[in-house]
Amino acid sequence: MNEKENAPIRIVLAKLGLDGHDRGLKVVARMLRDAGMEVVYLGLRQTTEMVVSAVEQEDADAVGISMHNAGHLTLAPRIVKALDDAGLNVPVIVGGIVPEGDLDAMTESGVAGVLGPGASAEDVAKCVREAVATRGE
Amino acid sequence: MANENSTVISLVENASKGDRRSVSRLLTLVERGGISAEEVAEATHKLAGKSHVIGITGAPGAGKSTLTASLAKDLATSEYKPAVLAVDPSSPLTGGAILGDRVRMEEASEAGAFIRSMATRGHAGGLALAVPGMVRVFDAFGFNPIIIETVGVGQVEVDVASAADTVVVVVTSGWGDAVQANKAGLLEIADLFVVNKADRPGASDARRDLELMIDLSQVTGQMSRRPEIVMTTATEGEGFDEFKKAIFEHKEFLFEGEQISVRRSNRWKAEVSSRLDYLLSEVAKKSMEDLEEKEGSSPGLIAREMAKNILKKDEFR
Repeated sequence: MNEKENAPIRIVLAKLGLDGHDRGLKVVARMLRDAGMEVVYLGLRQTTEMVVSAVEQEDADAVGISMHNAGHLTLAPRIVKALDDAGLNVPVIVGGIVPEGDLDAMTESGVAGVLGPGASAEDVAKCVREAVATRGE
Repeated sequence: MANENSTVISLVENASKGDRRSVSRLLTLVERGGISAEEVAEATHKLAGKSHVIGITGAPGAGKSTLTASLAKDLATSEYKPAVLAVDPSSPLTGGAILGDRVRMEEASEAGAFIRSMATRGHAGGLALAVPGMVRVFDAFGFNPIIIETVGVGQVEVDVASAADTVVVVVTSGWGDAVQANKAGLLEIADLFVVNKADRPGASDARRDLELMIDLSQVTGQMSRRPEIVMTTATEGEGFDEFKKAIFEHKEFLFEGEQISVRRSNRWKAEVSSRLDYLLSEVAKKSMEDLEEKEGSSPGLIAREMAKNILKKDEFR
């Protein structure tokens, strides 16, 4: 009677700072819910600290950050580092508008996956599952 | 398994020193169930029993999250170390959930309250099976009070009454008339009523209907203490001081007399009962797997036959 194997993935979803476009994040939340995950939805105007404390208190398996303000080169590495500094081994997935030229920089800064506007529900769920499965390796 | 056990021991040790991440991990182990959950229960059982557990329940959109958030924030900024367990429903189709209570609890979290969201994971009645165990983890590591915010419930889901010391039922103006109030269920379990959105028309009617309902309950001698009714406009902070005062008055009432031990003993029984239900339902589910061949027979008869077969087996390990 051990339910451990089927425990759903828990993911924290947030938008950082001054970035009011949360339509995409809401759609992603719904996609992940329908893929059987538990989504801790933080919504708009979050700080790095708020995301870190949510991950800690919720014991989340992954973080999804949505960005539509071209801040990904600054903010995504900051989140990765803050989680790392806090000793939280949790993959960060970036969704939203990331130009192709920046994809390598995202990977280098430790972002586990990037999801653009064309991503399907399957793509989104698969990306999260893979990121969670490979964490800590 | 030895490894699992030593993990639990070291987590408990670190949690006792105030490490929040260990508390968080322990909550996860309890939530997942199984052997580690039993180990955590064992380890926290003897440390727990000091905290005041407040349950906040009511219909969807009544204002539970907003009231919970203001209470947690207020307590975290004074001498308390509150924890919030915010429960949201799991999708019955996919098992997934959107846990959105943190959106309203930002300030409480920043003030130092420990906020944990959880999904019902297929358990009806407004609370998840793991709630008592998770409350015990918070209790064991000095979180006090512990506020449980239930999913938005209707009239009959009264789980929270068996998990909390003080039950707050939140209603709004225009929620129903005297007849609704006299129906059985949610309203019978309240230690304190909050009429939220009191700035809207109909709030005083809601209050009057509740008073009437309580009067009748007292005639039949059903209540040990007359529940107070507080009017609030949670989004404006209106009535908050009265709300908080009423909660603490109820706490005093509980802890001064015999009441607290009565409640705790009922709580313990309720937890045993719900764990038993769970174990039985798991075995029942398993025996449903080869049902097809019996299709067409009387459902009641088949169920009885299956129950007989289950009870002969030693399935509960």
